[in-house]
Amino acid sequence: MNLDDLEDLAAQYRAASADVRQEVRVCLAASCQSSGAQPVFDALVAELGEQRPDCKVKGVGCMGLCSAGPLVSVAAPQSGLEESTLYRDVAPEDAGEIIASLDGAPVARLHCPTDQPFFTRQHKIVLENAGIIDPDSFRGYVAQGGYAALVRALSEMTPADVLREVTESGLRGRGGGGYPTGLKWSTVAKMPGERKYVICNADEGDPGAFMDRAILESDPHRVLEGMAIAAYAIGASKAYVYVRAEYPLAVERFQTAIRKAKRSGFLGNKIADTQFSLEVEIRLGAGAFVCGEETALMASIEGLRGQPRPRPPYPAESGLWGCPTLINNVETFANIVPIIREGGDWFATIGTERSKGTKVFALAGTITNTGLIEVPMGTALRDIIEVIGGGIPGGKAFKAVQTGGPSGGCIPAAHLDIAVDYDSLKTLGTMMGSGGMIVMDETSSMVDVARYFMEFCMTESCGKCIPCRTGTQQMHAILDRLAKGQGSRADLALLEELCEVVQATSLCGLGQTAPNPVLSTMRYFRDEYEAKLGADRQVSLTDSQ
Amino acid sequence: MPPPVTSVNVRAVTLNIDGRDLSAREDETIIEVCRENKIPIPSLCYLEGLSIWGACRLCLVEIAGQGRLFAACSTRVADGMQIQTNTERLRRYRRTIVELLFAERNHVCSVCVSNGHCELQYLAQTCGVDHVRVPYRQVSYPVDSTHEMFRLDHDRCILCTRCVRVCDEIEGAHTWDVMGRGSDCRVITDMAQPWGESETCTSCGKCVQVCPTGALVKQGTSVGEMVKDQHFLPILARRRHLT
Amino acid sequence: MSLQHAKPPLPSDDKRWKLVNATMRRNGYAGHALIETLHSVQDAFGFLDEGSLRFVAASLDLPLSKVYGVATFYHLFTLKPKGRHACVVCTGTACYIKGAGALVERLRERYDIQPGETTADGRLSLLTARCVGACGLAPAVVVDGNVLGKLDAPSLVEQLEELS
Repeated sequence: MNLDDLEDLAAQYRAASADVRQEVRVCLAASCQSSGAQPVFDALVAELGEQRPDCKVKGVGCMGLCSAGPLVSVAAPQSGLEESTLYRDVAPEDAGEIIASLDGAPVARLHCPTDQPFFTRQHKIVLENAGIIDPDSFRGYVAQGGYAALVRALSEMTPADVLREVTESGLRGRGGGGYPTGLKWSTVAKMPGERKYVICNADEGDPGAFMDRAILESDPHRVLEGMAIAAYAIGASKAYVYVRAEYPLAVERFQTAIRKAKRSGFLGNKIADTQFSLEVEIRLGAGAFVCGEETALMASIEGLRGQPRPRPPYPAESGLWGCPTLINNVETFANIVPIIREGGDWFATIGTERSKGTKVFALAGTITNTGLIEVPMGTALRDIIEVIGGGIPGGKAFKAVQTGGPSGGCIPAAHLDIAVDYDSLKTLGTMMGSGGMIVMDETSSMVDVARYFMEFCMTESCGKCIPCRTGTQQMHAILDRLAKGQGSRADLALLEELCEVVQATSLCGLGQTAPNPVLSTMRYFRDEYEAKLGADRQVSLTDSQ
Repeated sequence: MPPPVTSVNVRAVTLNIDGRDLSAREDETIIEVCRENKIPIPSLCYLEGLSIWGACRLCLVEIAGQGRLFAACSTRVADGMQIQTNTERLRRYRRTIVELLFAERNHVCSVCVSNGHCELQYLAQTCGVDHVRVPYRQVSYPVDSTHEMFRLDHDRCILCTRCVRVCDEIEGAHTWDVMGRGSDCRVITDMAQPWGESETCTSCGKCVQVCPTGALVKQGTSVGEMVKDQHFLPILARRRHLT
Repeated sequence: MSLQHAKPPLPSDDKRWKLVNATMRRNGYAGHALIETLHSVQDAFGFLDEGSLRFVAASLDLPLSKVYGVATFYHLFTLKPKGRHACVVCTGTACYIKGAGALVERLRERYDIQPGETTADGRLSLLTARCVGACGLAPAVVVDGNVLGKLDAPSLVEQLEELS
């Protein structure tokens, strides 16, 4: 199969639904489903009935504004979310009104304007199909131009060409570390060995982060296609997707995508009539945050306790079953298709000097617009929170935003004007992480927040290395004392000392970054720690000055 | 542990450890080179003859030009490496790690059969641990005396997994493993049943000999009487490689 | 040349064992299918008891202690039977900020159980989860698979009381 054949196929799929003038799209991603999107979908289908062959009710992926779910949009096929009429907080009883309005004015009562900054300030690359295509439909993906990047890579590019495009794009790993993707791919490609593996890390464990889940639920074929291109570039013929078991819907949709891609010849033997073959298998996690760490993840795929091992050797050299292995996360793979389609140089025009492209963030906490956004790297944090996120509800004052999950830190109001990228966040003592942003207002206690994250790390520590296993426990005990107003100044000093030791000596990223929430809250909200010191022992810094 | 068959492709490298210029084979790890040259590096989970575990973090060293610390047991040497094994910072970290271990479970040396022959105790002495700054957790752990020859005291276990590895890699029984996660981790025999009821234990006693503390001991020993013998290990390990 | 190990007979003629066996067969009875197999046992029986762990260990030719170690490492696996109803309180960051802690506290008082435990009458299991991904509905609780959002403690208790 070459590109022309694929274009014919896409045209054929588009023609099959050519008489559909309007689509009623219902978000059936996890967040809207948990607020009751399935009954809405069923009611709309029942209401529409067989009367209107020019209209169609379609289940789609995430539209982003999760706090207003269930979301329904009405649009002409092929058009995006912004050109559609969007309805919020839709109930099954509203189905009649929505269907009746298809030829006339929108239902004003449910209308959610799409000209607000939440929608207009976004730049969608990874999420370009989310909320538009039916994630379970292979035809829908192909009609939208899907699998063209893979066919192009296989038929017109050598693996070296693919590596060059990815390297030129400047894409960095979206799982948190920000390691240059092109370099990682090239390293694995250069390793000798017949057997190599590609792994997609979908063990999105940071509490408050749901980007990867939304991508898998909204556009699974895109991730699959990205993985296939990666496998071609590095010379692998087997790939695994390691998904949290807590994401049953994502697993189901990805499973469907694998099955359909295989049936259509985009997976399996001799893909697109070339010599390239690829098998993709899903492996389920079982509730262990540490399995997001790549060596622990590989141990888990091998059926072992998910405990990390020392690096080097890095997975690129000796990974799954000792073979060279490429591990990237979902969002990284989701960026590959546009890079191959539009070229690495195009991708490199988006973003900042050292962080290219866009980033998907999950906004949560005390913020008006809870949900998923995609913005170019380098967008000001203030824009993300106040303009796109709509600021803090209820007239309360902003206090801090937590990024990077349990490995990250809190950014206070004073630094809201930074341009968000990998490096700027690092200078503030936090990190990009996978992209969760938890906004906290003035009522949140930062000592409590630090204790919360330490409790998380303590219970998620695998128990292998001593500093992480016992250090997080001791730090949690100190934070607990402090939060209860029973801590002393000596406790604070010991806490700082333990932070340093655990950070420097732990075996894997979980332990090495576990102190970050404490260090960052101590750095920016020291006064809250001071105020929590036990009353009898309190000698505040200001008194002694 | 030197592998028995040396590949002709393995080259020799020179490196510098604590100011001494040394030569080594490029497939050796830092800790092997240090042991060869009598450079003391503390460790608890590492044991010649067993696979690398990399968990105690006591053998961390500084390598010039690298931002982070490296475990000497799992890092191979490279030509021109400049290594520091005993800086003020490393000593401070090691001391804290040993303190954390002492506070984790109830290590009471005065009533321990391994008193005076315990690797943890020796480390505490060499690392200058004269008191423990973090609070003791005071969690009670059980003692398993159901095996007719040996005894397991979880209070003294530091989860180094030497017992797990020797049982799997040398004896081939895989009676031991670790259950749970984080601070709930515990070494177990079979289905976490009493050791004496284990269906797979061969009573070979290798786990007892490799245990660095008084967690695994022979029945009938009294305070300070349990002296361990690990000489068999490199010999058996080499034999295993030859077959 | 590897020695063929004999597959153990199914523990009983309960049809659910066939599902478990199918999972193992699909993976060629390879040891690395352990976690997949444990998932399948738990899906079928609700929890992992000693008999099923022994059966899995024998079928996949794995040491008992290794199987037990894996089963207790992952928090999704449970070695005790669950209650008739399950109430999972999400303690992800967004839910925590919006008061998930108070929900857990209230349930602990009301039913006298800790997270991970089941009431003495076997009616209700209280569990916590690290983010169920319904951050827009914080604080979120999953009762018998249904997500309930934006809850306060009294209305949660009320809903739980209504369960049979």
